[in-house]
Amino acid sequence: MDNAALQGGFIDPARDAARAFRAGMEAMARPGTIQTLNGCTAPAPMSVAAATLLSTLCDAETPLHLAGTCDTDGVRKWVRFHLGAPLVGRADAMFAVGDWDALAPLDAYAVGTPDYPDRSATLIVEVAALTNTGATLTGPGIAQTATLSLPDGLLAARVARYPLGIDFYFTCGDRIAALPRTTKGAR
Amino acid sequence: MSDYNFAYLDEQTKRMIRRAILKGLAIPGYQVPFASREMPMPYGWGTGGVQVSAAVLCPEDTLKVIDQGADDTTNAVSIRRFFERTAQIAVTTATADATVIQTRHRIPEEPLRDGQILVYQVPIPEPLRFLEPRESETRKMHALEEYGLMHVKLYEDISRHGHIATAYAYPVKVADRYVMDPSPIPKFDNPKMEMAAIQLFGAGREQRIYALPPFTRVVSLDFEDHPFVASKADHPCGLCGAQDSYLDEVIVDDAGGRMFVCSDTDYCAGRQVDGHRGSDNKEYAA
Repeated sequence: MDNAALQGGFIDPARDAARAFRAGMEAMARPGTIQTLNGCTAPAPMSVAAATLLSTLCDAETPLHLAGTCDTDGVRKWVRFHLGAPLVGRADAMFAVGDWDALAPLDAYAVGTPDYPDRSATLIVEVAALTNTGATLTGPGIAQTATLSLPDGLLAARVARYPLGIDFYFTCGDRIAALPRTTKGAR
Repeated sequence: MSDYNFAYLDEQTKRMIRRAILKGLAIPGYQVPFASREMPMPYGWGTGGVQVSAAVLCPEDTLKVIDQGADDTTNAVSIRRFFERTAQIAVTTATADATVIQTRHRIPEEPLRDGQILVYQVPIPEPLRFLEPRESETRKMHALEEYGLMHVKLYEDISRHGHIATAYAYPVKVADRYVMDPSPIPKFDNPKMEMAAIQLFGAGREQRIYALPPFTRVVSLDFEDHPFVASKADHPCGLCGAQDSYLDEVIVDDAGGRMFVCSDTDYCAGRQVDGHRGSDNKEYAA
């Protein structure tokens, strides 16, 4: 039996997941702020923050797409044991995780429908660095402006068709930030 | 040890609610459908708010529950006890000490801050429901941003009463896109909705969750010649003398005697501790 796949879940699932969700919610509610998110460990190269977010939000009801370097045998086994999420292609994914180059282009992901804009994908982008520098952000959740390092080409790849759209999380180590569809960004 | 899972709900239910909350925050004012569970209290007692609170509460949180501004009414007391029992959570009546505040029909007078969460109990989340009973139609109206009917309703108020007579659940437009029901808060509270705290709305029977991230633009619908006015009873509070708080009218005898008191009991008590007295306050009269 592959022990790595059995390790790395929440130690106290109800309480740990509650704390993890609060960090994830604060990040989504306040785009550009960087929160600390830990509690779960998946096989490399998945970050602690991405593993913890997946453990907090995903289960058998949430089709998951593993992209690029995150699509390893070890990660697949870990996902199967801890989440039970069906592993799917981009078009069917409710969540997708990977590095930006592997996740792009964005065309294939669900953006919701005019009646149900919530039926859209959430992308968890693994980034090498996550800092409050770079793009200037404005929109709901931001008092004046915020700044956040974004992957090259992400702002251009987002198509403005609000209320449809894709929501992003950025994870780096045990840190996480978010960019919902409402946030406008400028270099 | 408690016999309940932390905060009562099972983990799969909480994940489902948490996903709905995140989409709600990503699309401010849009009502996200969710699979509302039966709770050990009747519909109309805040089952939506309770489920949202259960999904956001952390062991370190301090919970405050208000019903029409009061901490000591049946609904508030029973929900507070529910979470004390199922989540071993610390509770308070002080607005400033609370990290999660569940509310029925009021926003506290004291401004909320970063790090606080306000959870509303919502009876009818659809602002267009009394104008158009079919869900399939109201959903289309939101999709097409077709809100003319709501302005017609407000106009009919003006033509009948001379002013917009809607006094509570006053419709707002969120982030220049969705028209949203702020739940039956008095329209006095509408301007407070642009706040530093996160606002979450839960409607249990109607199975909808919606949200406002901090500092989201929230505009009460009105007309250029009939601008929105956040009105309240034109009196000071009889107990603490506050001029700026929302007031309840209380009948005090059988002879038509009445007094106006703050609906926010914590705000009123805090002012009295600070030495403020209203004209109906017995200590003041003595």
